[in-house]
Amino acid sequence: MAHLSAVLATTHHPFYLKSTELTPPEQRIPQAAEWKRKVEAYRETLTAAEPDLLVMVGADHFHQFFADNYPTFLIGKQPRYDATFYNEEREFGIPTYVLEGDEDLSGFMFQGLLDRGFDFSISHELKIDHSIICPIITTRPQADLPIVPIYTNIFAPPLPSPQRFWDLGRAIRSIIDEYPSDRKIAAIGSGHLSLELGGPRQFGETGPDPVFDRKAIDWLASGDIDAILENVTHESMSGAGNATHGFMDLILMMGIAGPEKAAYVDELDLFHTREMYMTWYPEGDPR
Amino acid sequence: MSVYYVDKFLFQVDGDPDLLAQYKSDPAGLVDRWEAEYGRRLGTNNSIETTSWLEFTDQERRALIEHDYVTLFEIGAHFFLCLTIFIAIYDEDYVAASGPLSFQREYAAKLSHWLGKDYPTVAL
Repeated sequence: MAHLSAVLATTHHPFYLKSTELTPPEQRIPQAAEWKRKVEAYRETLTAAEPDLLVMVGADHFHQFFADNYPTFLIGKQPRYDATFYNEEREFGIPTYVLEGDEDLSGFMFQGLLDRGFDFSISHELKIDHSIICPIITTRPQADLPIVPIYTNIFAPPLPSPQRFWDLGRAIRSIIDEYPSDRKIAAIGSGHLSLELGGPRQFGETGPDPVFDRKAIDWLASGDIDAILENVTHESMSGAGNATHGFMDLILMMGIAGPEKAAYVDELDLFHTREMYMTWYPEGDPR
Repeated sequence: MSVYYVDKFLFQVDGDPDLLAQYKSDPAGLVDRWEAEYGRRLGTNNSIETTSWLEFTDQERRALIEHDYVTLFEIGAHFFLCLTIFIAIYDEDYVAASGPLSFQREYAAKLSHWLGKDYPTVAL
């Protein structure tokens, strides 16, 4: 059976590359060097797990999918994936990529999800947006591993419940555990802590709700799903910031890892957001 | 009330550099053009099939023509689409005049009467 060598849950900040590399040093934000150092340290947690392929969890930000047909849960099944849309290059400076796919695991995952009561949509012409490319840039910038992309709806309400994201993570874990392969799989998912976009609390000196951020990181780091499900609702996330619902993809990632303490936890208070970098090693810490 | 149609406008214009350029230079002309050529195409990428019944209210059309992101916020247009398209239109000029994030902070300040309140939903 396949080996789940690492599970990574991270915020995705689309300006990472622009802020730390594409902007001339004298014009960079004061936190740029620390940000880069923390990201490169986080990258080592994936490198140490020596993955052969990546299950990637993210959410389309109205790039390919729109409200005429927005999938609640979707998996890609393709030999390759283009990544980065025109308006992401324009706003964030994110380059384009072509990532290899793994159709066998995509198909196995899709069937396994159907068998477990998750009636996914499937795409055979999916283009990847920054929710998946940002963690590639931060944790595997050589972009040399095949991916299985999974999209969730944290973006176009009504949304599934936090409980559903946890259950989906648990289902993905059981499918990976059953996958008949001796390859090492890492699961990497990106989301948000408290976040405000297009509202009165956007682009402040900190994220919109530092109290939520502190609790959220502690809940994830300790594997405390009970506290999350007691405290995190769509309403409470809205109260923390209008785009905070991306936290549910971090719950999903903890679902893949299980209710366990994380092996690596780091964070960075940036302008308008708190970044979080977390890793679990279900088969033991390889470092 | 056709917030879906407003979101569709923002989605399509933000994703097309030609439409976006006209939305900056000639917003009234672009709204007319979009309604005539794009709005009623079925979904977002079909040039043959159409939807017969979608249209803006007067308030929605005015808000789009005036780049009035406060009204768009208040009628429930999606926050990500609004922010992204108006950053595309205004950020560079604001940065040159007033420094990084000055547009985003003005945007937030104009919505400050919503602090501490439940925001209008973006659910459709």
